[in-house]
Amino acid sequence: MSTPGETPPIRYYLLRILFAGIVVLSCTWVLLPIIISILYAFSTPQDFYSPKMIIPLHYTLSNIQKLLALGAAKATMNSIIVAVMTVIFSFALGLPAGYAFARFAFKGKDSLKLLIIGLRMFPMLVIAVPLVTLYIRLGLNDTLLGVALAHTTMALPFVILITSSIFVSVPIELEEAGYVFGLDRKQTFLRITLPLALPGLTAAAIFTFIMSWNEVFMAAVLTLTNRTLPAFILTSAMAAPDIIKFAASFIMILPALIFVFIARKYLISMWGITVK
Amino acid sequence: MPSKKQGYSLVERYLPYLLIAPALGYLLFFIGYPLTQGVLLAFTDQNGHFTLQHVYYLLYSPSSNFWPALEDTLALAAVIIPIQIMLALGFSLMLSANFKGKDMALYILIIPLTISDVAGGLIWYSLLTANGFFNKLFMALGIINQPIQFFGYQFRPMEFIAIVLAEVWRATALVFVIIFAGLQMISKEYIEAAEVFGAGTWTKLRHIIFPMLKPSVQTALLIRTLFAFQVFGVVMVLAGRDIPVLAGEAYYEQTVLYHYGVAALYALIIAAISVVIGYIYIRMFKAQYLREVTM
Repeated sequence: MSTPGETPPIRYYLLRILFAGIVVLSCTWVLLPIIISILYAFSTPQDFYSPKMIIPLHYTLSNIQKLLALGAAKATMNSIIVAVMTVIFSFALGLPAGYAFARFAFKGKDSLKLLIIGLRMFPMLVIAVPLVTLYIRLGLNDTLLGVALAHTTMALPFVILITSSIFVSVPIELEEAGYVFGLDRKQTFLRITLPLALPGLTAAAIFTFIMSWNEVFMAAVLTLTNRTLPAFILTSAMAAPDIIKFAASFIMILPALIFVFIARKYLISMWGITVK
Repeated sequence: MPSKKQGYSLVERYLPYLLIAPALGYLLFFIGYPLTQGVLLAFTDQNGHFTLQHVYYLLYSPSSNFWPALEDTLALAAVIIPIQIMLALGFSLMLSANFKGKDMALYILIIPLTISDVAGGLIWYSLLTANGFFNKLFMALGIINQPIQFFGYQFRPMEFIAIVLAEVWRATALVFVIIFAGLQMISKEYIEAAEVFGAGTWTKLRHIIFPMLKPSVQTALLIRTLFAFQVFGVVMVLAGRDIPVLAGEAYYEQTVLYHYGVAALYALIIAAISVVIGYIYIRMFKAQYLREVTM
């Protein structure tokens, strides 16, 4: 291959066009299925079942309404409640631990951190099956609290590791300035560290929300009547007509799409990527 | 970070443990207790006596789907993971170039990260079903005369393909972010040095970028393999039990047949496989992680 300086212009432009084509194709591959499924979710049955209508031309809210009437309204509400509880529990437990990993040197820190990293890899869905026995005894079976407690187990290692990396990114000099001006550790944390970490923590909270919102196995095993949305879709909506299923997938992906839109910057940093 | 204030030293010394203890205690209880309970469920009968009846059922009963489930779980992983690694490598190289709209392309490629397996399955169902997008499109273009059937027991191989398409679409983003992060960490200096010595694109790829990406690819490979043994939602949505998988059988034995012992056995098997894979991962990760704090 020759160096760019010697490259003939024609070949250079052809390569650029080829490259642009690959980029567009990749993005289409991600976006097209989402767009089509959303269009179909709002399509009239006539348009969807007509072989000629590749893209529906008539739209309606009735698919969503029918789905909600089938029980998805309650399931959506349940999902929101479970996800909010999961965020509260996992942050109440995980934030202090994340702070400790970010700001203290202590004996056993590396081993503990490796333990958390290891637990993040643990397939949490396996706890659901044996948990049923415990939940029946405690009266937690088929309750939203029970699902939230299980989801907290799943989310907690992530919350510890994410909050820890967020606290690490807060400049330590600013905290030291706080100490110099006579603040103690608690005041420094509340007045300096926390406000600076807040945007990142908010993104982490939404991330946790989505994690719980998307989880299906534990929710389906641990509930019977109080289904969360994915568990409801799996057990009830699969018997419904196709366009009702598309409506279900629309409600499922809605929070995720909003999240990607608002917090895209943090989504990337949370995965440890630096974009220049 | 040792405290600047000596007066706090005693509190400061124990504070980190106090801050970590609740989270750790919670995790140990909610993982340890179910695992212990799972062993009890899997190896005892109703009277609490030791039994291997669940093991025999799982391995030998004609109504047990264990071997097909293991086979299909492995088959799905064997097909899906190599495609994802190749695609993710391609996307990473693509986005390491500088071009207009690069950030936009990056955001678009990571959208599937936030989409659940159930939703991913439904999205691909809308594309592949008899009245779906692709069938209508190809019929309008005259490529096919009647819809290609993807769903239903008699079309199991097509269901398998549908699951592969949906999983590749949904979960390649995860592989991509890991490999892309690894690519970002390769120092530009190595590449510039290679250019100084006249290395072309292929030489740079072959001798610098691919070797230095090896750790990220290994990480991505292991994490994906781990997740492959938990595959559930997308299979349930697209194929039900036509394509049995381990987690799906655990769910079926638990919620339909009420074989709690057998379901617990499935859970333990998934856990055991994951612990082995996770152990390899930790061994690998240990060297890497002190260098930089990733999430």
